[in-house]
Amino acid sequence: MTKITLGKAINAGLRAAMEKDPKVVVMGEDIGKLGGVFRVTEGLQKDFGEDRVIDTPLAESGIIGTAVGLALRGYRPVCEIQFDGFVFPAYDQIISQVAKMHYRSAGRIKMPVVIRIPYGGGIGAVEHHSESPETLFAHVPGLKVVSCGDPVDAYWMIQQAILSDDPVVFFEPKRRYHEKAELDESVPPVQPLHQAKVVREGTDATLFCYGPMVKTCLQAAEAAAEDGRNLEVVDLRTIAPLDLATIFASVKKTRRALVVHEAPLSLGTGAEIAARVTEECFYHLEAPVLRVTGYDTPYPPSRMEDDYLPDLDRVLDGVDRVMEY
Amino acid sequence: MSESVPGTPPEVFAPVEAPVSPPQALEEVEFVQLLTPEGERVEHPDYSFDLDDEAIKGFYRDMVLVRRIDSEATALQRQGELGLWASLLGQEAAQIGSGRALNDKDMVFPTYREHGVAWCQGVDPLRLLGLFRGVDQGGWDPKDNNFHLYTIVIGAQTLHATGYAMGQQRDHAIGDAENGEATIAYFGDGASSQGDVNEAFIWSSVFNAPVVFFCQNNQWAISEPIDRQTRIPLYQRAAGFGFPGVRVDGNDVLATYAVTQQAMKRAREGSGPTLIEAYTYRMGAHTTSDDPTKYRLNEDLEHWKLKDPIERVHAYLTRHAAVDHEFFDQIEAEADKIAAELRAGCLALPDPVLTDFFQNVYVEETPQLAEQRDQYAAYAASFEGEG
Ligand SMILES: Cc1ncc(C[n+]2csc(CCOP(=O)(O)OP(=O)(O)O)c2C)c(N)n1
Repeated sequence: MTKITLGKAINAGLRAAMEKDPKVVVMGEDIGKLGGVFRVTEGLQKDFGEDRVIDTPLAESGIIGTAVGLALRGYRPVCEIQFDGFVFPAYDQIISQVAKMHYRSAGRIKMPVVIRIPYGGGIGAVEHHSESPETLFAHVPGLKVVSCGDPVDAYWMIQQAILSDDPVVFFEPKRRYHEKAELDESVPPVQPLHQAKVVREGTDATLFCYGPMVKTCLQAAEAAAEDGRNLEVVDLRTIAPLDLATIFASVKKTRRALVVHEAPLSLGTGAEIAARVTEECFYHLEAPVLRVTGYDTPYPPSRMEDDYLPDLDRVLDGVDRVMEY
Repeated sequence: MSESVPGTPPEVFAPVEAPVSPPQALEEVEFVQLLTPEGERVEHPDYSFDLDDEAIKGFYRDMVLVRRIDSEATALQRQGELGLWASLLGQEAAQIGSGRALNDKDMVFPTYREHGVAWCQGVDPLRLLGLFRGVDQGGWDPKDNNFHLYTIVIGAQTLHATGYAMGQQRDHAIGDAENGEATIAYFGDGASSQGDVNEAFIWSSVFNAPVVFFCQNNQWAISEPIDRQTRIPLYQRAAGFGFPGVRVDGNDVLATYAVTQQAMKRAREGSGPTLIEAYTYRMGAHTTSDDPTKYRLNEDLEHWKLKDPIERVHAYLTRHAAVDHEFFDQIEAEADKIAAELRAGCLALPDPVLTDFFQNVYVEETPQLAEQRDQYAAYAASFEGEG
């Protein structure tokens, strides 16, 4: 077993998928010699060649649009969008084409395309480099949207995403790229791609989170334990579709829920979970479902991101509020 | 092309064997040059430089000062005072030549690297740092200096420029080569691949908009060389869209001035768009986060250092304009002063106050946002007095 960072785990996962299936091709800007701006694809072009690790022209609509064509031809493209804020030139291709092809063709066409997007804040970047657009994709029927919260998940989830015959938007928490964990590549994952995971058992309230917030929520749970609060933490992993069974089971157990995400508050993942939980678990609830999120503003300049992002204190404040009822 | 991998059909992604114009020939295409790398004036049949040596001295000063502003900003980034900096090192002539060819009423749409053009437009260099320090996302009013905000999303500004130019046209601000208005849009070679840029070409062409597209082909889009963006010299693309394209030596400030001036006149008089490809080289890293040793040959850099845009003007001024060292010393002193002011100004840039980022989301604030702001303020206040 080796300790591996989240970034390197995705690299290893890509490598494993490429070794298993020659139809897997990786494409994007600067992913070849440079290995991507976050070095996630480092070394892949050296080992698999330019035919399979393709440095594309600087055109996101082109990256996704040609991936559609490659998929039609039997390939399994894994596209890298360099930063969250640069996916929008490709948004039309993703929403209008990738998401709907299977449906439009009455199931005849498959779109096994993976769209990898480093996302979220906390790295002190300039504008357009720190966004959390997951809901914009999760709202679109036909797309599957996931995010990994730790290296082990990252390694397996990227491979599961590549194996999926449905298109998967794969959000990578960029500020967690350097987090390390032990990875045993011989132990296959328990979780299928679209299942949430209880990463900490608890009884007093559940924190629902994904991506970069998993670590923050685990830290919050540790801190709350010192005050005698026993929090459960659920890493959602999948945002579309939501793993409602795991969500409901946890709420029925703890009776209180707090959803934590970096994306803006309104009409977000938290809103969906709150609505679902209210519909399904109303009589089990001791408190309304609360949310700790980014604000309904564009992502602020980096000197203010500590205030914008949910941190330990804001999560604990949310816990206080949900426990007050 | 690398070895193909077992299991991959060899024909997949095979390179085009005979491109229309092989990438290696790109540099050999003629460009407009009026001052050689050795500092000698040369003639061109279509373009001439019509200003005197005083003007050339002015360009020299501009280039030295912006290089200094640029290197000071790079140093500030290295010392942790800026989150990022996009250096213009090597592109001074392209920016100063084109920037000085603009009239007061012309409008500029820059990328994130046009510090030299900003200088020509009179934007305080300190204002450029806010975005890179993370205290704002564009600390100047585009109306004050006819210089739009920096644009990070590659290529987006070319459409804005086209629309702005259509506005100039609609407002009957064109029709006079000297006193009319026109717009200039800056972008890179990588940007030329974006749909937006190609759409801007189409719009400006079919509406005959008074816009000049100024592409600084610095050979690289982060790690991707120019032949990953195009198989033909970029300026030749203009023909396919129906307007003229011209390639200019981007390291020659006289030529970039002459070519831009002519294109802007053409736009102002109502003859429509021009694409200028300024052929230059990015001598520094793409940004301070980049590591060019991973993909770029050092020999290339050495080769391009010999074409340094500032050195050739220095050579011209000393050899042919009898400019003595006092002039150069004076500019060095001025550069030192500006750099020191920039540094002090940067360190003094105030951090935004906590509730700032709720401002200006809308012109008319929504009740939801007002509530979030108040809740946030109350939450932040709950920490006051804590250590
Ligand atoms: C739409 C979009 N995609 C990707 C990026 C990330 N990115 C920033 S600069 C850059 C390269 C730009 O190259 P070029 O247009 O040649 O301009 P240069 O920086 O070389 O002046 C890339 C890929 C971006 N800013 N916007």
